[in-house]
Amino acid sequence: MNFVALKMLVADRAKYFGLIFAIAFASFLLANQIGIFIGIMTRPASQILDVVDADIWVMDPQTLYDGEVYALRDYDLYRVRSVSGVEWAVPLYKGTGRAKAPDGKFRTVILMGVDDASLVGAPRKMLVGSIYDLLQPDAAIIDKAGYRYFFPGEPLQVGKTLQMNERRVLIVGISDASAPFQSFPVLHTRYSQALGFVGRERNLLSFVLAKPAPGVPVEDVCHRIEAATGLRARTSKEFSWDAFRFYLRNTGIPVNFGITVMVALIVGTVVAGQTFYIFTIENLKQFGALKAIGVTNRRIIGMILLQAMVVGGTGYAFGMGMAAAFFSSFLNYGPTRGIVLPWQVMAGIAGVVLFVVGVASLMSIRRVLVLEPAVVFRG
Amino acid sequence: MIADGMAVFSRDVTKVFGHGDTQVHALRGIDLDIRLGELTMLVGPSGSGKTTLLSVITGLLDATSGELVVLGQRPAMLSGEDLILFRRKNLGFVFQQYNLIPALTAAENVAVPLLAGGVKRQQAVARGKELLATLSMAHRAHALPSELSGGEQQRVALARALIHEPKLIVCDEPTSALDGRTGHAVMELLSATAVRPDRALIIVTHDARIFDFADRIAHMDDGRIVHLEENRKNVVPANRLIPAPATLLSAESSSSSFGMIGG
Repeated sequence: MNFVALKMLVADRAKYFGLIFAIAFASFLLANQIGIFIGIMTRPASQILDVVDADIWVMDPQTLYDGEVYALRDYDLYRVRSVSGVEWAVPLYKGTGRAKAPDGKFRTVILMGVDDASLVGAPRKMLVGSIYDLLQPDAAIIDKAGYRYFFPGEPLQVGKTLQMNERRVLIVGISDASAPFQSFPVLHTRYSQALGFVGRERNLLSFVLAKPAPGVPVEDVCHRIEAATGLRARTSKEFSWDAFRFYLRNTGIPVNFGITVMVALIVGTVVAGQTFYIFTIENLKQFGALKAIGVTNRRIIGMILLQAMVVGGTGYAFGMGMAAAFFSSFLNYGPTRGIVLPWQVMAGIAGVVLFVVGVASLMSIRRVLVLEPAVVFRG
Repeated sequence: MIADGMAVFSRDVTKVFGHGDTQVHALRGIDLDIRLGELTMLVGPSGSGKTTLLSVITGLLDATSGELVVLGQRPAMLSGEDLILFRRKNLGFVFQQYNLIPALTAAENVAVPLLAGGVKRQQAVARGKELLATLSMAHRAHALPSELSGGEQQRVALARALIHEPKLIVCDEPTSALDGRTGHAVMELLSATAVRPDRALIIVTHDARIFDFADRIAHMDDGRIVHLEENRKNVVPANRLIPAPATLLSAESSSSSFGMIGG
């Protein structure tokens, strides 16, 4: 009877495609919004996760995330270095400055000042040049998106110059740094040079980056640093979650995306569910005839479930196809770069689609099961 | 055995819908015997209980009280699944509005009872085509119901009722949607193909033009059989109703999964 179920399903093309599109667009919208949400909410932690050399971030106790930093005093670096279990500790500056291109175009940039000696904190994904070129005078590495902004249409190459705080900034490399939350260009330079680029600040030490000694758990070292210095020490993972949580609590992003996701869910469920339900109701007399002829309830349930699975599966496949096309198109587009469609999201949406068609099926099955087959004798 | 030759045995069968003040007595003590080889018509005005009686005989509705034996089975004694299997095996239906599945071709519609019984699609559809050919419908085997005329749809519905060789065929107003000539042709076809010594045919109808095809006519009104015309075509002996249920069911077999009456 499976082919009967499938033929019944596709016979009314308008309804069939309506069902497919409802589920496809609901799936697409869910994938799209969740993917963008994840992409955006990963951004606050971009500059933390890009630093792969150090495991510990030490900061002022009042610093909640890396976007707003109260500077440490220079000697805090030595206090951290003196804590047992710390293998090494280096300074890191993170702040913003204004960079100006030769044609007068300017923009606020995120400036990362990395340790002069070790270059800990320098970008590891280089597209052009090497981090060791940072050792040159006035040198800075700019991220690809920033380069595209300041030098649109030009090939990626070193040797270009910008101006910050009336000082020359020589581009010696182009990195593939993760997109920051504000989509600002990201510049890496040496710690000692950052001072010149941002102007006079009393304290420049935003963070101390540290590495635990071999065999010492990173959490233990964090506790020891906090106990010994009174500063706040977080593992990279903890600090990235701090940044994520800060934006989650202090911006309207989750609410807005949550509403969109809920709307997609409700519209998808209602439209697809109701269309499928109506489809069954319209075929009720046919199901009644099948029951009268001798098709068992179990077989009819199987037919309805098959119809639901085909509709759900096809709609989901189309939806994920559209989502994949969207993500691959916009993955490298400046403002949306970094958006991701994790398999967990795809699996979750598959679960949602299964739930939607499952509920619609159950409603339909209920109607068919309670259907008196004698209905077929009524005119 | 006494059950030999007996398709339907009904004694004092009643059917009541609703409760209390809203009760409707659709059947009020139906006594009716239908023998194999007979074409029996149930006639009467709307609301007289014809369709309810047909639904009760086919097990689509439960009788409220009374004794009903259909092809040696008591539908009231069968579980839901067994009743469905009983219908699938023994009953053929021709509905007033044909109830063909619009998405299936004529041959596929005819094949539905075989498909329901687990026959493979190709085999079932091939058998459907053969049967349509015997009804001069071979050239329309691949047509959808929407592409068929009323008479053609009726023939497809008839083929669907016949394909699994049922012992009892029930037709609900088979000619009501047809003009006189087509209705007559359909009845000739029904008589020629559906009536056999080992099969009974029950037709519910308003259409007086087809009464001449009946062996017996049960006139119904207000849930009762008010007049029984027997022996119209001299097929059935003009005796009265057959013996009481106790005698009828005396040889009930315990070996059958349905509790078949022996014989």
